[in-house]
This record gives sequence, C-alpha cells and structure tokens, in this order.
Amino acid sequence: MSDGVLITGICGRLGKHLARVLHRERRVVGVDRRAFVDKPKDIEHQKVDIRRKKLKDVFRGGDIKAVVHLGVMHDPRASAAEHHSWNVAGFTKLLEYVAQFRVPKLVVLSSANVYGPQAGNPQFLAEESPLLGGQNFSDIRDLIEVDMLAQSFFWKLPETETVILRPVHILGSVHNAASNFLRLGTIPTVMGYDPMVQVIHETDVVSAIRLALKPGVRGIFNVSGPEPLPLSRIIKMLGRSSVPVPYSLGKALLRRLWQFRLTTFPVPELDHIRFVCMVDDQRARRVLGFHPKKSIAETVLSVDDGVW
Amino acid sequence: MASFEPSRALARLGTFARAAPPLLRGLFGAAEENVDEWIGRILGDEFIERLARVPLALGPSGVDPFGLDPQWAKYALATVALLHRRYFRTDVHGIENVPAGRVLLIANHSGQVPMDGALIGASMFMDAEPPRIVRAMVEKWAVTLPFVSLLFSRVGQVVGVPENAHRLLDQGEALLVFPEGSRGISKTIDKRYQLTEFGLGFMRLAIETDTPIVPIAVIGGEEQYISVANVDALAKLLRMPAFPIMPQLMVPGGQLPLPTKYRIYFGEPMTFRGDPDDDDAVIEEKVWLVKQTIQSMVNRGVKARKHIFW
Repeated sequence: MSDGVLITGICGRLGKHLARVLHRERRVVGVDRRAFVDKPKDIEHQKVDIRRKKLKDVFRGGDIKAVVHLGVMHDPRASAAEHHSWNVAGFTKLLEYVAQFRVPKLVVLSSANVYGPQAGNPQFLAEESPLLGGQNFSDIRDLIEVDMLAQSFFWKLPETETVILRPVHILGSVHNAASNFLRLGTIPTVMGYDPMVQVIHETDVVSAIRLALKPGVRGIFNVSGPEPLPLSRIIKMLGRSSVPVPYSLGKALLRRLWQFRLTTFPVPELDHIRFVCMVDDQRARRVLGFHPKKSIAETVLSVDDGVW
Repeated sequence: MASFEPSRALARLGTFARAAPPLLRGLFGAAEENVDEWIGRILGDEFIERLARVPLALGPSGVDPFGLDPQWAKYALATVALLHRRYFRTDVHGIENVPAGRVLLIANHSGQVPMDGALIGASMFMDAEPPRIVRAMVEKWAVTLPFVSLLFSRVGQVVGVPENAHRLLDQGEALLVFPEGSRGISKTIDKRYQLTEFGLGFMRLAIETDTPIVPIAVIGGEEQYISVANVDALAKLLRMPAFPIMPQLMVPGGQLPLPTKYRIYFGEPMTFRGDPDDDDAVIEEKVWLVKQTIQSMVNRGVKARKHIFW
C-alpha cells in the first residue's frame, strides 16, 4: 500500500480514535512520545519526539501521502518554553519535511479557541475573523502561531493541499478543558453569565478529519457539532448541580487554586463561560459535506463515557 | 492530565446546591403559576394569544441560535407589555407602516436606560399585526455586565456587530438600531429631542442587504430620567459609555423612571440604493435624509403633545 497517512499525537484520545478509523482503509503511521496502549497490529507507532531529526526517518522510510497533525500540546501546566518549542519548533520541523518529501496533503487540527471568547464577538465567527484568542490568554499564543504557520503554508507550498480544521469544544473521552470542566462533580459557573456554547462529539471530529483527507479539499474550516445551547442547559442535561460564583470572587479563587496546583484550569479560561466564542460552520457543511451525526444529548453525555 | 480536585468548600456548596432544588423548585413552581395567572389577568387573553402567534426560529432544543429562550421571552415581554400599556401608557401611531419581512427600525435614542427599545419592542409585539419579536443591537459594553448580558441574550438581543445584523436580516427579522448609540441615550435634559450624530453603519447595511428602513420617533423618553450633566472623567474611570448625574435618584422612589406618557411614531418605509462601500460623504447624505425625517417627526410629536405626563 502506498497511501500512508502520518498522524502526529496518535496516542491522544482523538489520535487513537482517528487511527482506529483510518487503519481499515489505508496504512497508518503514528508518532508520539507516549505509549500506544492496545494498538491494532497494522498501525506503525514510532516513539519519536517531533522536534528530533528522527522524525525525518519516518518520512524517508514510509510512502507518506498525507499528514494529520494532532500533536499540539495544550497542557497549561507545561512551561512556556517547552510549550512553545513543542508546538512551534516541532510543527515547523514537520512542515519542513512535508515540503521536502512533497506530501500532497496536510491536515492541521487547530481549534475554535483561536478566535477567543470576547464580549464583542459576533454570534457566529467566520473563518476570516481575526484570531484574537491570545489577547487575554497569552498561554495559547503558540496555538495561534501553529494555525498561522499552517496558513502561510497555503502559498509557500501550493501543491500541497493544506486543510486547517477549527473545531469547537470537543467532548467525549478526551481530556481537554471543556470535557474536564463538564466532568466536575459540581460545576462552577460565573454568576449572571450564561453564554451560548457549541460542542462537538469526538467521533464527529474524526469524521471531519476523514473528509478533510479527501483529495481536492483545501482551506480553513470551522467545524461545529449540533445546534448551540446555553451553558446552563448543557449542565442541566448532565444532571449535575452548579454553583454560580461572582466573577471577581471566582477569578480570585481560581487564581489561588491554580497557584496551589489544585486545578487544571488557568484563570483566563473563565472567559469561556462568560462570553460567546461560536463559529459559523457553513463552509464545512457546504465544501466538506460535513454534518455532525451525534445529537446534542449524545454529545454532552459523552463526557462521562468510560472515564471513571 | 490530573483531573480537577474541587476544594472542600466547593464540594460542600455542591451538596447544599443538590439539597436545595426540591425546595426551591417547589417555590419557583408555585411562583410561576401565580405569575402566569397574574399575566393573564393584567394583560388579558390578547397577550397569551399573541404569544402563541409570534414567529420564532427555534432549534430542536427550544432556543434560537442567538440565545432567545421563549420561557424568558414570555416574562420579559409581559414586563415590557405592562410598562407599555400601564406605566408609560404608550400611544402608537403608524405601526402599519412596518413592512413584513426584513426591516431596519431606526429610532432616536433617549432616556439614560434603553426603555425606548423595550417599548418599540412592546409595540411591535402588542400592536403590530402579526405580532413580531424585535431584535435590537446592543452595545458591546452591555455584554460585559453580569445579568444584563444574560437577560439580553435570552430575550433575543444581539451584540451590535455587522455580522450579526446580516445574519438576522437574512432570516427576515425586524432589526432595531439606534444610530446615535450611547451619544443619544445619555443626553442631558437641555439637549432633549435634538438628535445627535448618526453612525453610518446602518445605511451601509440597508443598502447592502436591500432592506427597507422605517424611521421611528419616540417622544417621552427624554423626561423619564432627568440628567443635568455627564461626568466624563468618572465614565472613563468606570469604563462606562457615560456617567450621567440624575438628581432624582436621591429622592426615594426616584430610581424608577418618571411615568411620562410615551408616543411612538412609525414613519413610512424608505429604501436606498447605491454602493454600500461608497465614500462616507455619499453615505452621509443618505443618513442625513433619515436623520432629518426622524428629527421632523420628533419635532411634530413634541409640538402635538399637550402634557409630558398625559
């Protein structure tokens, strides 16, 4: 088979899901520093740090026809230097090899968070909206940089079909801020705010990536799940209790908790439960032909699937 | 990644929160029934009947994409309908001028708090045939305020950015815009009924989307709160659009707006053609036409009224 697809960050929850879907139809090579527990036999896993030269061997050896970049580090606890070098230097390396080996397809999983929750946001942000996520939340600037690097690749290497996907909050067995937040026993909310929120099930993200791998597709796509809901409705769906906390108090508390390492949520993430950051996914629906399969209830309830 | 370990205090609060709902729900349930009955009694069957007829674009979960929730909208509409009929005893003229389908409602802004917006909304709901929900474009600043942002969103008000306006007009909604913005609403009493500078955005929007403009004059708002001065330094310090000085706030009960009689005049629809990206100078001319129309409607309205309070 000569249609290998390289997945970075394959050992994350999403990476595993994607690998399990793709390995039925094409050769899958994965790179990740972490271990791949119960890996299907026909998936090749290379325990490589994407910043190392060894990554080049993966390209040299296999006939890689597509690269899916999921290996973006989101860990807010990692040091800024580590975060930056992993996300930016690592991705630059990857792009270098994509260019050198003339890989015809590159799919980058960015996030709708690059737009950032802001009071003055339009209800639905189009792909052309400015990426202001780093304005109040400097720790995610390198995620924006990754998105921008991928954008510059459109003209640097026009023969490669580059696709940037910007999904909304991904829910499921994944360990991201949104899912972790909804998994809390008692969900704190900010008093007097209840923004509309878009969520998407992890399997729907996997199918969006599959559609992005189709030949001929290129560009930036916002990806959203079922219809948006107020945050309070989502919490109600989960049957959890919530505690409204005034913003200034919540901010001070969270800052303390963060200092003492009692929480994984950095303070600026509070804006996500204050202001809207929703996307217009018309383009994904029209061009990619993407339609979320999971209902809103399935999507929301999936945060409790097989975690505990 | 380590999962969140809630502090003990939060967990305890959570236990309390879990224990409280049955009691609260009982209370709220009883209150809700009473309120519903009361709405029916005060506003009559007409209100209930109109509520059933008002077209809403709700998703499968019962909220519209902008956050409008019919449960909230019902109580909000009941409140403004009450203000409209009983408190401000609004006279509405020419509402039949508002065409069906997408329309831009352009009005003068006054009164320190956007009561004029609420009352225009109320007249479109209570007096127009068929009843309609008006979407107003609210100031970005309002969205940063707790509770205010929540309320605005649940009753279908949206942040005033062009993207939102386009989307709503595409859905065929009635969009209320105050082109004076906070300049208009925070006027002091000596400047009453003198229109301040109009923004140009609404005109570009109207031309681009080929939407008719209905000019509206609101009389009565300027006297509800009497502002004698604006303190710019304080406004800047508090990051508010304006900081009006209103002596009536010192008087017990003066926190409520004075029960002036409102008069709302809907003018004949105006349509504009041309290039939406024209120079400001060209757009300004068209905006001037709208502004003059509203100003003369306001002047006539002020002249026609015999008394501020009745």
